Amino acid sequence: MAMITADPQDVPKVDSFSFTPEYMAKVNEVIANYPPGRQASAVIGVLDLAQRQQGWLPRAAMDEVARILQMAPIRVYEIATFYTMFHLKPKGRYLLQVCTTTPCWLRGSEAVMKACQEAADGTTFSVQEVECLGACVNAPVVQINDDFYEDLDAASTRRVLDAFRRGETPKPGPQVDRQTSAPEGGPTTLKGE
Amino acid sequence: MLADKDRIFTNLYGFHDWRLAGARARGAWDNTKAILDKGPDAIVEEMKKSGLRGRGGAGFPTGLKWSFMPKQVGDRPHYLVVNADESEPGTCKDRDIMRHDPHLLVEGCLVAGFAMRAHAAYIYVRGEFYNEAVHLKEAIAEAYAAGLLGENACGSGWKFDVYVHRGAGAYICGEETALLESLEGKKGMPRLKPPFPAGAGLYGCPSTVNNVESIAVAPTILRRGAAWFAGIGRPNNTGTKLFCISGHVNTPCNVEEEMGIPLKELVEKHAGGVRGGWDNLLAVIPGGASVPLLPKSICDTVLMDFDSLKDQQSGLGTAAVIVMDKSTDVIKAIARLSYFYKHESCGQCTPCREGTGWMWRVMERMVLGNARLEEIDALYDVTKQVEGHTICALGDAAAWPIQGLIRHFRPEMERRIRARTEKLAAE
Repeated sequence: MAMITADPQDVPKVDSFSFTPEYMAKVNEVIANYPPGRQASAVIGVLDLAQRQQGWLPRAAMDEVARILQMAPIRVYEIATFYTMFHLKPKGRYLLQVCTTTPCWLRGSEAVMKACQEAADGTTFSVQEVECLGACVNAPVVQINDDFYEDLDAASTRRVLDAFRRGETPKPGPQVDRQTSAPEGGPTTLKGE
Repeated sequence: MLADKDRIFTNLYGFHDWRLAGARARGAWDNTKAILDKGPDAIVEEMKKSGLRGRGGAGFPTGLKWSFMPKQVGDRPHYLVVNADESEPGTCKDRDIMRHDPHLLVEGCLVAGFAMRAHAAYIYVRGEFYNEAVHLKEAIAEAYAAGLLGENACGSGWKFDVYVHRGAGAYICGEETALLESLEGKKGMPRLKPPFPAGAGLYGCPSTVNNVESIAVAPTILRRGAAWFAGIGRPNNTGTKLFCISGHVNTPCNVEEEMGIPLKELVEKHAGGVRGGWDNLLAVIPGGASVPLLPKSICDTVLMDFDSLKDQQSGLGTAAVIVMDKSTDVIKAIARLSYFYKHESCGQCTPCREGTGWMWRVMERMVLGNARLEEIDALYDVTKQVEGHTICALGDAAAWPIQGLIRHFRPEMERRIRARTEKLAAE
C-alpha cells in the first residue's frame, strides 16, 4: 500500500482552481461516456485533466472536481491518494518513471535508475520509481510523461535525457534497432506479406 | 511451429497500418453482420466449442462465462467490460493488440457484447498506456464513422457503443471486481463474491469482464469456426496464444504461438535462446509474476499450457515468460516481486495488507542471509496463512512466488544464511 496524504504541507499554496474552456470541453466529453447519474465514473478522467492543466494536483483542484461531479470531496481525495498516477506535489517538466520490477531489473534497470537520478533536478526532470509498466519484452523501460522509452541502458538513457534538455523530443519506443516488440534482428514469424 | 496462416494477430509488431483500412485488409470487420445473424446463443455455443480459455490469467472457459449472463434483459442493462489494465509483471501482450490491431478488439467487443445482450462495452485501459488508449479511441471513432458501431452496428439492427476508460495506476484494478469499483469512480478495492458480476456487476447490472486477448480473438474464431481453433494446441488447452518472453534471453519479444508449445522451443525459436546457452538457464517464471518459478530441470521438457504448468505446481497465467540465467540472484528476483505485491496491495484484507509487507521484509533479509534457518519454514507458513484468506487473489499471487522459491531453491537460501553466520562467527 502506498501511504499518501491528500494534504501535503510542503506544497505551493493554490487557493482556487477552475478548468479553462478547452479543458472544460474535455471534461464534458469524459462525463458523457457514462450513463446519466453515474458521473462519478468520470472522476479518474477528470482528475487527470486537472493534473494536466495544473501540472500537479492541488487540493483546490480536487475540490473543483468534486463540485463538478457532485461528489463528496472526501470521495475525490480517496481517489487522488489511491491511484499512483496522481501527483499531489509539483514535479519537474519531465517526469521520469523508472520501472524497476523484476523483468526490468533482470535487464539492468539499476543503471538506468542511476542515470535518471543523476539528471533529476526537480525542475527539468523529476524521477520516480514505478512498478511494472507493462512493456517487459522491451526492458528496461522509462516512461517520460506520456511516452515509453524502451530497451535502455545507462548510455542511451543519458542520450535521451540530453535530447530533452536541449528541448528536443527524442523518438519514443525501443532505443536499439528493433521494431516495437519484435525480436531484435527481425521477426521470427509473420515475415511474408 | 504455428503457421502464419493460423495467426490471429497478423499486425502484432505494427509493421502495417493499424487503422480501419489496414485492419479490413487483414480480414477484420469482414461481414460481421453474418456472425451477429447467428444469434447470441449460437455465438456462445460456438465459443464454448472452440475451447477458448480466458487469456487474462485464470483460464476460465470464455464461452461458459458468457453463458452466465441472463438470457432475458430485465430492467437493468447488460454490460461488457474489457480488462485492459495489463500490469502483471512480465506481461505486455494487450498493449500490442491495442496499439497495433485495435480493430480486432473493437470488433470483438461488438460480437461478445451482442452475445451477452449488452448494448455497451467499457474498455478499462491502464493509465500508463496513454498512447495505446489514443489508438483505441481513434479505432472506435473510425468504426462509428463506418457504421460498424452505433445505432445499427454493422447493419444488424443492434445498437452498440464502445467506451474507453483510462485508469490511473493501480495493479489491483486488474482484479475484475476492483476494476468494476474503479469504473464506478471508487477506490479499486475488490468486492466479495457472490454476487458475481454476471448477476450484479457494473452499476449493479449484469456484467461480464473479459481480458483484451480473449475478446480480440473472438471474431476470428467465429469466422473460421470453433473446429479450426480447437484443432490447434492440446485438448482442454486449445488455440493460439500471445507469449511475452522477457529477461535473460538474447532477443526478448512477443510472439503468437500454439498452446502447448514446449517452453524450450518457444525460447530458442523466437527469443534467440537463453543468454549464454540453454545450459546457462537457472529458472523461468512461466506465466507472469504471480506464478511459482520453475527450475531448469522442469523447463527442459515442460509444455506451455494451463494443464501442463499446473501439473508442475505453477501456471500459464498470462503466458509471460520471465527467463533468469545463472548470473541471477534468484532470491533478490523474488524479493523484488514481494515488494511489488506489498506496493500493490489495496489494504482491504488484513492477511494481505500486513502479510505482503511482512513477507517482503523477511525476503529482504533472506537476500542477505540475515536470518535463521528455521525462518524459512516460518516464511513458508506465513505464505500459507495469506493464501486463500483474502477477498481477491492478490494475496495468493504474493504467496506463490515465495512458495516456488522455497520449493526449488531452498538449498540456496540455506547456503546464504550459513555463509553469513560463518562469516560473522569468524569476525
